Amino acid sequence: MLTGIITIEANYGFSVKRTQLAPNCRRTGGENSFSNMSENHSQDFVIRFAGEGGQGLVTSADAMARAAANAGYYVSTFSTFPSQIMGGPASSQVRISNTPVLCSGDNVDVLVSLDEYAYNNHQHDLSENGVAIYNSGEFQLPGGGQYFGIDADELAKSTGNTRAANMVTIGAVANLIGFSLEEIDAFITQRFTRGRPGDDEIIESNKQAIRLGADVAANSGFSVGTLAAPIPPDYDQIMITGNAALALGAVTAGVDFYAGYPISPATTILVWMEQNLVGPGRFAHQVSSEIEAISAIVGAGYAGKKSMTATAGPGLSLMSEGIGLAWMAEIPCVVVDVQRGGPSTGLPTKSEQSDLLLCLNPGHGDMSIPILAPGSVEECFDAGALAVNWAERYQGPVILMSEFGQAEKGENIRRPELADVKVERRSIYEGSNGYARYQSWNGEGLSPMPIPGGPGAYVANGSEHDERGDTTHLPRHHIRLTERRFKKLDLLGDAHYEIENDGAIAMIMSWGSSKGPAREAYERLQESGADVGWLYSMALNPLPDEMKSALERANLVIVPELNYTGQWSAVLRQHGYRAESVTQYTGLPFKPATLVDRIGARLAELRAEKGMVLA
Amino acid sequence: MSKRNPEYDFVWCPGCGDFGVRRALEWALERHVAEHEIPQSNYVIVAGIGCSGNMVHLMEGDQPFGLHGIHGRTLPLSFGVKMGRPDIETVVVAGDGDFLAIGGEHIGPAAARNVDVTCVVMDNGVYGLTKGQSSPTTEMGAMTSSTPYGKVETQMMPLKYYLTIGVSYIASHYSSKPRDLANCIQDAMNHKGFSIVHVQSPCTTYNDTYDILKGNRRKGIPGIAWEVPEDHDPSSRQSAEDLLDRPGIPLGLIYQEDRPTLQDQVDKIAESNPNRQPEQILATYAI
Repeated sequence: MLTGIITIEANYGFSVKRTQLAPNCRRTGGENSFSNMSENHSQDFVIRFAGEGGQGLVTSADAMARAAANAGYYVSTFSTFPSQIMGGPASSQVRISNTPVLCSGDNVDVLVSLDEYAYNNHQHDLSENGVAIYNSGEFQLPGGGQYFGIDADELAKSTGNTRAANMVTIGAVANLIGFSLEEIDAFITQRFTRGRPGDDEIIESNKQAIRLGADVAANSGFSVGTLAAPIPPDYDQIMITGNAALALGAVTAGVDFYAGYPISPATTILVWMEQNLVGPGRFAHQVSSEIEAISAIVGAGYAGKKSMTATAGPGLSLMSEGIGLAWMAEIPCVVVDVQRGGPSTGLPTKSEQSDLLLCLNPGHGDMSIPILAPGSVEECFDAGALAVNWAERYQGPVILMSEFGQAEKGENIRRPELADVKVERRSIYEGSNGYARYQSWNGEGLSPMPIPGGPGAYVANGSEHDERGDTTHLPRHHIRLTERRFKKLDLLGDAHYEIENDGAIAMIMSWGSSKGPAREAYERLQESGADVGWLYSMALNPLPDEMKSALERANLVIVPELNYTGQWSAVLRQHGYRAESVTQYTGLPFKPATLVDRIGARLAELRAEKGMVLA
Repeated sequence: MSKRNPEYDFVWCPGCGDFGVRRALEWALERHVAEHEIPQSNYVIVAGIGCSGNMVHLMEGDQPFGLHGIHGRTLPLSFGVKMGRPDIETVVVAGDGDFLAIGGEHIGPAAARNVDVTCVVMDNGVYGLTKGQSSPTTEMGAMTSSTPYGKVETQMMPLKYYLTIGVSYIASHYSSKPRDLANCIQDAMNHKGFSIVHVQSPCTTYNDTYDILKGNRRKGIPGIAWEVPEDHDPSSRQSAEDLLDRPGIPLGLIYQEDRPTLQDQVDKIAESNPNRQPEQILATYAI
């Protein structure tokens, strides 16, 4: 274990004390003074559907999300399930808000439990005022609790459409949060108008199901509040998942070759590419292993294509040597690592940020691979495009790190302006033959790359080589080319970063998809008057110069990250910055309230220390 | 040392079979260039690791492009080159260790895809560069540095393996007959699909099989290499199987099957499916 991390906490997860508040409640007291919560609770609800995989949980959350997005709300979905095709405990939730959503939120306001196991497993996540709806066709709960039963299957049957059970529950949920049934009607009409005979009956029965569910909820006497009116954005939106946004960004920047191997949670990128990379000059293929995938994209990148693969931890491990080849032979390609829990097979369908050290140094020997780690669904699009541009610009491999928690998270985001996306192309050699591909380079305008079919035939070589690409053992070549390969990283300094409240007693610097909950925690801490700043960089390697300066100045950098060893803070300390991690390794994303508590407590300590010094 | 790059310091041992393979490959490329009127720059040689992998630095005359990759991955690398750039003629050069041991897992998929790549496999039955360890094609019982008490695995029969696993063009040859070998490589390059020319290329230092292959009357050694009879029908799988059941090393074309390449299949899909541009894909996410 790495030393210097003082905030590691074992088994941090469901069993800890809940400090997030129910809607319409304000917390009083608490261990520290950073406890004033936002008063906008009725603007924001979390609804969770829990049961077994294959019961339409994702469909329900998705329907709720789309109805709300159509109505002008901001939504974010999150699902968790075991690694099996059908069955097993699973859940899918949606957060609905009238302001942009940063993460999946804290506790659950409405819990829909399709079986008893799901209820027992999730009920402790309910907020104080939260209400559970249970499937009374499946099990019963004793009277007196903050819940009521609904036999959705039976009610659906009465509409003549047995498949409308999801809509019965959605109707009940809508009633509990004061969400307009007409908005759901509009969604139903849109969803089921497919130009088929019987569309009208299906639409009608679903609308009826919504009302049957809403009636049950109304008669239950429970309510969790009223969702405030939406404040629709003044820009066009799309509803998209992290993986799809990432793939779309990459293809917009010109990716025209994809090779991949199925692996959770990166498979949807393979499927997306197989569907979309069709036609002249484009190619996507499922190959036989991650070793084949990395080799194929290196071969294609060498041959002039903008190539990409996506995988998760186990696949990345297999790609080690191939990434080294791309670094050594200077071949552009993009490797996406959609992280899951590790090591080994680990937790295929859970979220963790524990591949960072591997991504920085994915293979043997001296190398430093550029890394982009988008912190939101919207950033996934930008990072997808930038990763391709980086690979082309510095003529080498780029790793794009995402996570399970972000991969299938659906959000309505600003519709990207594709025409505004910068599309870079490697500098291609166009002179006469006899070109020295790996010549000395003064740091400006990287030596152009010859492409097969064009002039400048050379050997792209994974062995150390001279300027023509021929294998060599001579020290002067190894020195010159090692320095050349590292110097190229200087070309990459243009990723998105954020610096706020520089000079605070501590700076929060999360990375990847922990950005959302960390940002929400930061804003809550700010509101409560805490002396805390914010650092964020989509690029983890190389860091933008401005970020390095800010890190240099920081008194302490607090890194919320989803791993045991505190990987990013370890990297920051290695660079000489003062950093420590707030870790969590439950397989689930951070909740903002957790971070408010833990960072808040740490800030209180720092303030006390400072006070003692001043005294 | 190569004529092209005097500083390049790798050398094959005197008498190495790879010299003959190089000569044959150079001729084959030259003739293929002339035959199809394609510039030399449209050729990519993908090389594996080991003595044979250095081929790509030692070729003389007009230079093709080269990709000297990592151990065992010539097939997926060449797959990337070929499927990324169908206009590029792609040739793999690899040794028996690279191709059959560490890289063995890629032969089946390449055969199933029928990717239009030609492989020249230099089989010397030993790991030469690492100084004499056993390889898949080393005979059982053979003493090598890694099998000091004799090799305890059976010898692999690569030609039978290729036939079983669905390679659509299989030829077997010998480095001491560069003219015939050049014809064979050129023919393999003209084959539409995945082709392998498996060449006996002896290692004079660790596994000198010249006498065994050619025979040595003075030493009383009968040669084990024999020409494929003219009446052999390479389009018949059964004939190929029968041929490979005969002892010794056949020289010539064993099997050839015409079937669609991966590129043919991909083109067919493209004909009937939309070539959606990013704007059109984006539109599917509109709300």
